[in-house]
Amino acid sequence: MPSIEFRDVSFTRAGGRHVLERFDLSVEGGEVFALVGRSGAGKTTLLKLVNRLLVPDAGTVVVEGRDTREWEPIRLRRRVGYVLQDVGLFPHMTVADNIGLVPRLEGWAPDRTASRVGELLDLIGLDRQAFCARWPDELSGGQRQRIVVARALAVDPPILLMDEPFGALDPITRTELHSEFRRIQDRLRKTVLIVTHDMREAWALADRIGVLDSGRLIACDSPAALGRSADPRVRELLAGAALAGAAPS
Amino acid sequence: MTRLFGFWSSHRAELFALLAQHITLVAASTLAAVVIGIPLGIFAARRPRLSAPIVGLANVVQTIPSLAMFGFLLPVPLVGGIGARAAIVVLILYGLLPIVRTTITGITGIDASIREAGVAMGMTPRELLRLVELPLALPSIASGVRVAAVVGVGSATIAAAIGAGGLGEYIYRGLSMVDSTVILAGAVPAAVLALAVDAGLLWVERQLSARRRTASRRAAVAVATMAVLMFPLAAAAGRSGGAIVVGSKNFTEQVVLGELLAQSIERETGLAVQRRLNLGGTLICDRALLTGDVDVYVEYTGTALTAVFHQPVKTNGRAVFEDVRDRYSRSGRTVLPPLGFDNTFAILVRGGDARRLGLKTIGDAVPEARKWRAGFGYEFLERPDGYPGLAAAYGLSFAAPPRVMDLALSYRALATGQVDLIAGDATAGLIRALDLVQLEDDRHYFPPYDAVPVARASTLLKYPQVRGALERLAGRVTAADMRALNYAADVEHRDVPQIVREFLKSK
Repeated sequence: MPSIEFRDVSFTRAGGRHVLERFDLSVEGGEVFALVGRSGAGKTTLLKLVNRLLVPDAGTVVVEGRDTREWEPIRLRRRVGYVLQDVGLFPHMTVADNIGLVPRLEGWAPDRTASRVGELLDLIGLDRQAFCARWPDELSGGQRQRIVVARALAVDPPILLMDEPFGALDPITRTELHSEFRRIQDRLRKTVLIVTHDMREAWALADRIGVLDSGRLIACDSPAALGRSADPRVRELLAGAALAGAAPS
Repeated sequence: MTRLFGFWSSHRAELFALLAQHITLVAASTLAAVVIGIPLGIFAARRPRLSAPIVGLANVVQTIPSLAMFGFLLPVPLVGGIGARAAIVVLILYGLLPIVRTTITGITGIDASIREAGVAMGMTPRELLRLVELPLALPSIASGVRVAAVVGVGSATIAAAIGAGGLGEYIYRGLSMVDSTVILAGAVPAAVLALAVDAGLLWVERQLSARRRTASRRAAVAVATMAVLMFPLAAAAGRSGGAIVVGSKNFTEQVVLGELLAQSIERETGLAVQRRLNLGGTLICDRALLTGDVDVYVEYTGTALTAVFHQPVKTNGRAVFEDVRDRYSRSGRTVLPPLGFDNTFAILVRGGDARRLGLKTIGDAVPEARKWRAGFGYEFLERPDGYPGLAAAYGLSFAAPPRVMDLALSYRALATGQVDLIAGDATAGLIRALDLVQLEDDRHYFPPYDAVPVARASTLLKYPQVRGALERLAGRVTAADMRALNYAADVEHRDVPQIVREFLKSK
C-alpha cells in the first residue's frame, strides 16, 4: 500500500491560477521521493495537501490508506513531520524545548521527553550537553537545520515532508547534511516527500525523482533512469544542474 | 521649596494614605485593564475586520476628557456614582486602548511562517496561542501595560473630583485655595510615581524580551512581589472611616464648611466621620447625596432651586428656602436651618478701576463693560441664574465673549489684568486680599444663596444626634465669619481643620 497517494487531484489558488491539474502521484512506504520544479510550480502547495493545511478542490489525497478529509487534522499532522527551509524554529524556545515540542503536545512525561531529545541530538550529531540550553539565534544555519529535522522526528512519525530542506545552506554544509540525511534515513526508513527546485539536491537524497511542470508530472523515475531521459524539459533541468548523463551517487 | 517640605512633614500620615490610595487606584484599574484588554486584543487580532472598530472605539473613549467621563458615569447604576469604584471604572476604560492595541500588534506582527510551522506541527489553536503567539507577543503587550499604568498615574489625579482620593486630592485642594505649595504637594509625588512605574515596568519589559527563562522567571517574581506589597497598601487605602460621610464641592468655602460639619458631628455625637471633600461640583454632590455615597453637605438655596431642581430664578429668600426644603423632602432629603450667611454671586472689578471710574453698582459698569473682557467659571456661564440672565437683566455686553476659567483662578486673573470683570463668591477671602470691589446688584437679579446643610433623611432617622449637631450650627456663621475663614485658608494658607477647630472653640 502506498504511504502517500495523490489521486486525480486538482487545486486552484485563490487568484484562480491552477496549481495542480488532475495530478497523480504515489509514494511508497520507506521511500524518499523528491519532486523537482521551478519556484512557483506549486511544490509547497503539494506538501500542504498531505498534512491537510490545504484540501484539494477535486480528487483525493490519501495518507496511510485514508483520505485526508477523513483524518482528524491534529492527529494527521502529528503523524507527519514537517521540515521547512530555515524557518520554523521558535525563537523564544531553547533547542531542547523546540525538539521536545510535539512530545509535550502529545502529553509525554518530562523525563521521557528529555531522554528523547537527547537521543535525537545524538542522531543528528550534536552534543547533548552543549546544545540543549542554546537558543536558535546562537546556532549556525547547518545546526539550525539539523535541529529542525530532529524536531520533525521527535515522536517518530512514519512520514516526513521536507520543503527545500537544505536550500539556504552553503555548499559544503549542504553536502555534509545530504550524506548525514542518507545515513539517518538508512536507519529510520521513513516515507519522505521532498520538494525542491534543486535537481542536485533531489539527486543526492532521493530514491525516485518526479519533475513537476505546469501542474503535471512530466517525468517520474529513479535518478539513473531520469539521467537517460530524452524529454527536452528534463534534459534542460539536468543540464542546469550539470548532471546530464551522470550516474547517481 | 521649604514650604513644600514643611507641608509634607506636617501632613505625613495623610500624604502616605493618599499615595497608597493612588497606587491602589492605578494598580486595580491596570490589572483589570490587562484582564479585559489582552483577551479583547487576541479576539481582535484573529478577526481583522473587527480590530479596526475595536481600536477605533478605544481611541474615542480615550479622547473623552476624564472629568466628562465621570459625568457620563454618574447616573449609571453599579459602576457609576462617586468614589473609588467609579474612578477605577474610568481608569480601566483609559487603560484599555494601549493594551488592546499592543496585543493586536504583538500577535499580528508574528512572522506567518512561524505560525504556520506551529499549525503544521499539529498545534490546536489554543496551543498555538499559549506556546507561540502569546510568548512572542509578550514584549509588545508588556509595553502596552506600561503605557496604561503610566497614563493611569496621571489620570488618577482626576479621581479626587469624585471623592476617590489619591494625590489629586492635594492638587484640587491647592487649586481651590490658589496655593501652589499644596498643588505641588500632590503633583510632585504623582510625577515621581509615574517615573517610578515607568522605570519599573520598563525593567520587567526588558527581562521579558531578553527571552531568557531565568530572567523571565525573575521578572515574574518581581511582579508577584509588587502585587503582594500592594495588598497591605490597598487594604490600608480601602479602610473606609466612619459612619457619617460629609461631602463638599471643590472650592475653599465648601471645604471649610465640610470640615465644619464634620468636626461639629464628631464633637457633639462622638460618631466617626468620613470626609469626602473637594467633589467636582454641584451635580456630583447632589448625585452622591441621592445614592448615599454622601450623607450630608452644604448647599446654597439659590443653587438648589436652579441647578438641582431646574426652577426659574426667584428673588424672595423666604420663598426660595421653603420651596427648596419641600422639593428636597420629596426625594428623601432634609434641609436643615440656614448657617447664617448668603453667598450670592459677587460681580467683581479691580479696586483701582472702581475708584477711578466711580463704580458702585453693576448698572454703573454697563457702559464701561463694552471695552472690557470678562472671565467666568463654567458653572456661572451655564446656570439659568448666571451670565445669560445677568446680561439680559442689565443689558450687559463685553468686547469679546466671556472667557471660561476656573472659579478659583479667576480672582487672580482679574487682579493681574487678564480680565476686567468676574463673577466670584461674596464670601471669598481673596476679595479683600487682592483689593477687589463687589458691585452692588442694584436690580436684584441674583436669587438668595443661603448656606444650608442638606442631609439624607434616612441618616438623620438612624442617627438623630446628627440632626441635633447640625441644628446647633443654625445662624452661627455670619458673612463676616465666612470671609474671615476663607481669608485664613486662601490667603494665609492655614490648615483648614485647624482654622475650623479655632472657630468652633471661639463660638
